[in-house]
Amino acid sequence: MHPILDYLWIIPLLPLVGSAINGILGWNWSKTSINAVALGSTGLSFLCAIEAVREFLDYFAQYHQPFTKHFVDWIVAYKDLTIGFDLHIDHLTVVMLLVVTGVGFLIHIYSTGYMAHEEGYFRFFAYMNLFMFFMLLLVLAANYVVLFVGWEGVGLCSYLLIGFYYLKHSAAQAGKKAFIVNRIGDFGFMLGMFLLFRTFHSLDFHTVFEAASQPNVAHEGLGQFGVLTAACLLLFMGATGKSAQIPLYVWLPDAMEGPTPVSALIHAATMVTAGVYVVARSHVLFLHSETAMYVVAIVGCATAFFAATIGLVQSDIKKVLAYSTVSQLGYMFLGCGVGAFSAGIFHLMTHAFFKALLFLSAGSVIHAMGGEQDMWQMGGLASKIKVTFWCMLFGTIAIAGFFPFAAFFSKDAILFAAFNSQHDGKALYGVGLFAAILTSFYMFRLVWLTFFGKNRYDEHHVHVHESPKNMTVPLMILAFLSLTGGWFAFPALFGGKDYFTDFLSPVFGSGEIAGGEALHSLELTLSGVAMVAATLGLVVAWRMYSKDVKRGPETGLHKLLYNKYYVDEIYQAAFVGPLVWISRNILWKAVDEGTIDGAVNGIGYGVREIGDGVRHAQSGNTRSYAVWVLVGAVVVFGIIFWPILHPALFGGVR
Amino acid sequence: MIPTNYYLILSAILFGLGMIAFVFKRNIITIFMAIELMLNAVNLAFVAFSKAFGKSDGEVFVLFVIVVAAAEAAVGLGIIILTARNRRSLNVERVDLLKL
Amino acid sequence: MNASLAIFFVLAAVAVAAAVSLILQRHPIHSALSLIVVMVALAGLYLLMGAEFVAAVQIIVYGGAVMVLFVFVIMLLNAGEEEHTNFSKLAAYAGIPMAVAVAGLIAAAITRSTLPPAQDPTALTSTKSLSMLLFQDFVYPFELTSFLILVAILGAIVLAQREGN
Repeated sequence: MHPILDYLWIIPLLPLVGSAINGILGWNWSKTSINAVALGSTGLSFLCAIEAVREFLDYFAQYHQPFTKHFVDWIVAYKDLTIGFDLHIDHLTVVMLLVVTGVGFLIHIYSTGYMAHEEGYFRFFAYMNLFMFFMLLLVLAANYVVLFVGWEGVGLCSYLLIGFYYLKHSAAQAGKKAFIVNRIGDFGFMLGMFLLFRTFHSLDFHTVFEAASQPNVAHEGLGQFGVLTAACLLLFMGATGKSAQIPLYVWLPDAMEGPTPVSALIHAATMVTAGVYVVARSHVLFLHSETAMYVVAIVGCATAFFAATIGLVQSDIKKVLAYSTVSQLGYMFLGCGVGAFSAGIFHLMTHAFFKALLFLSAGSVIHAMGGEQDMWQMGGLASKIKVTFWCMLFGTIAIAGFFPFAAFFSKDAILFAAFNSQHDGKALYGVGLFAAILTSFYMFRLVWLTFFGKNRYDEHHVHVHESPKNMTVPLMILAFLSLTGGWFAFPALFGGKDYFTDFLSPVFGSGEIAGGEALHSLELTLSGVAMVAATLGLVVAWRMYSKDVKRGPETGLHKLLYNKYYVDEIYQAAFVGPLVWISRNILWKAVDEGTIDGAVNGIGYGVREIGDGVRHAQSGNTRSYAVWVLVGAVVVFGIIFWPILHPALFGGVR
Repeated sequence: MIPTNYYLILSAILFGLGMIAFVFKRNIITIFMAIELMLNAVNLAFVAFSKAFGKSDGEVFVLFVIVVAAAEAAVGLGIIILTARNRRSLNVERVDLLKL
Repeated sequence: MNASLAIFFVLAAVAVAAAVSLILQRHPIHSALSLIVVMVALAGLYLLMGAEFVAAVQIIVYGGAVMVLFVFVIMLLNAGEEEHTNFSKLAAYAGIPMAVAVAGLIAAAITRSTLPPAQDPTALTSTKSLSMLLFQDFVYPFELTSFLILVAILGAIVLAQREGN
């Protein structure tokens, strides 16, 4: 009946097997074999995912509930701690599953072209497949613990892939930074899990959400700080680490040290969206805590704005895209924070399409430029690399939010929900809108600097050439998706159904935003305003960058933004520096060398000294040995005769 | 009637003197003689106890002690002759090969 | 003070004096002769107690065989006066106190214990009863000691052989 659903673990397992084969055996295989294993496993996983989706829809039509399957008892401990290796599918999982496997597969194909001349080709694909395994585990998990396994695993793969060029110092540092900052978030996540377990005595999604929906669970208003608020805020702390929000976003720009396909897959389309997924999955808990929702919305909105400002002045093409990712993730959290969870997930999906497209196109540009990433060294490429140019343009139009491209619908849904939100909705909307203007501006700036104007590079050294088919075909597929990906919500413009929200309604409840004519026209108005904002950004960028433009000196505000508000330096001075000092001077020198080594060495020293003192008894002199015998005899006689002797000593009566 | 205690105290004194000789003398043969003195003191105690309790078991034991002491003296003196030939000295303090 | 007590004190004094002399003499032959005097005194004490057979064995075996052996060895090795070395500080300072302590402990214990009955010099031990004990109750140790003597003889012969024989 449900062959795939009963063996749901096959979907994560296939990439794991591919990773193992490539990692262990692939070190001297030909590229064709490595490709076959890597693409084969990911592609098969994608096909299985599609089949699983089809079966699930059948199942749901019959039983009207999500599909959960318990495979193996993993942890059985103490009183009520039973964690099983459970996987489940519901509509939210369907979206995530298709995005992860589909976009992942396309990026794998692209990588065969991009990484063709790299050392460690097999290692790259081994790590990528491993990442797919963990991400799929995360998405399919039916309880927080299996999700956390996937969560940690993608963090590990992120570290491995960022530091792929491990001989480069900056890459190794960036990998470390990513992993460590992620761990800080994970600390919060774990505390959140513990708190949830303590409250609900289970970490199963089904059980926890069921228990949280009971009438006796308090709804905590704004400013009230109860157990659910604490748990949600802690889970969100983990999400800020994984999804690069304030204050733990600092690893994402550094993560651009990794190869571009890595940036596309992990730091745009899939891993960084894990945080959003967790918040959306736990929406039952979040809806009970207005404080947590408010915090999520504020942080998301602030990050969207903050990152957009930094992206305005960056000169590295990948850094612009990195800050853009941080900013767009902020939008997703803003959506979740105001209660529009399906809008947040919608934006997650469209963002996966156009951000992957943008990163891969940027990779194509870098490939064409022979490795150059500084936009100020590019220019006038439009005529030379036509396919890449058009794909990049599609992506830029999409991210700016122009109709009818994908992000128009998703961003619009978020801003509309923000506008209607009870707590400071108008302010959130205003900041979000301004960030949209900035987004449009810096993306078109990127396009103009890279593709138009005079060549700022030396034609003799750089031979600009178009990328091979295995790179351009995925680009075109993604471009198509960037255009059409939002069309699920198309009919809603004309008063019809929003298919996407409809699809997710079994998970999130039907329409978080109540319908009605008045609200519908408001939505149309706001859409129009958004279009105007996008056009405004486009025009300003055109005025500033389309002509021949020279790079100005960095002064004042420009300098502040270029140096990312000196946040990295502040963190270094406030946290990293003191911690390293403590580790070096106190924990290393005083505790480890002094106390622990000192105690162990001291024991050795003490034993030696005692031995040195006692050895004088072994003098070889018979007479002294005889005296020792006498000493022993005195002791023995004393002990034996003590009952007889001691009354006499103390003058007692015999 | 001589109280048994007198014999026992005499035995203790002789034993103590034997110990002092054992500790103090440096000639190997003299040390051996001190051992014999100690054995004699013990023999005295055995006979005194045997007579005190009226059973002759103590005297039989004395016979055994004398026999064993004789055998021990024979073998011991043989060893002394050998070591004295090798080391050309009868001073026990010169035999300190067990020194650490 | 009757006669036996007086004889006892005389013999005891002789024994102790001879033992002291054993310690104080410098030449080993003088020590050997002092030891002979001790043994004779002890034989006298055995007679006083009524253990004739033991006294006889003491004189014959100890005095007549063991001590003769000692004297012969002293003559054979040409032992001279003792060297005056003093390598062991422990023996010098702690030797006497320890020995005195042992003897003192034993003596103290003896005097404080319940007195066994006094001696009866007229109750002689008959040789017959001794031999009954020796060859009936103690036959096993008796056979073992004969074996021991055999081993000792063999050992002495092996030790005394010259090399190369």
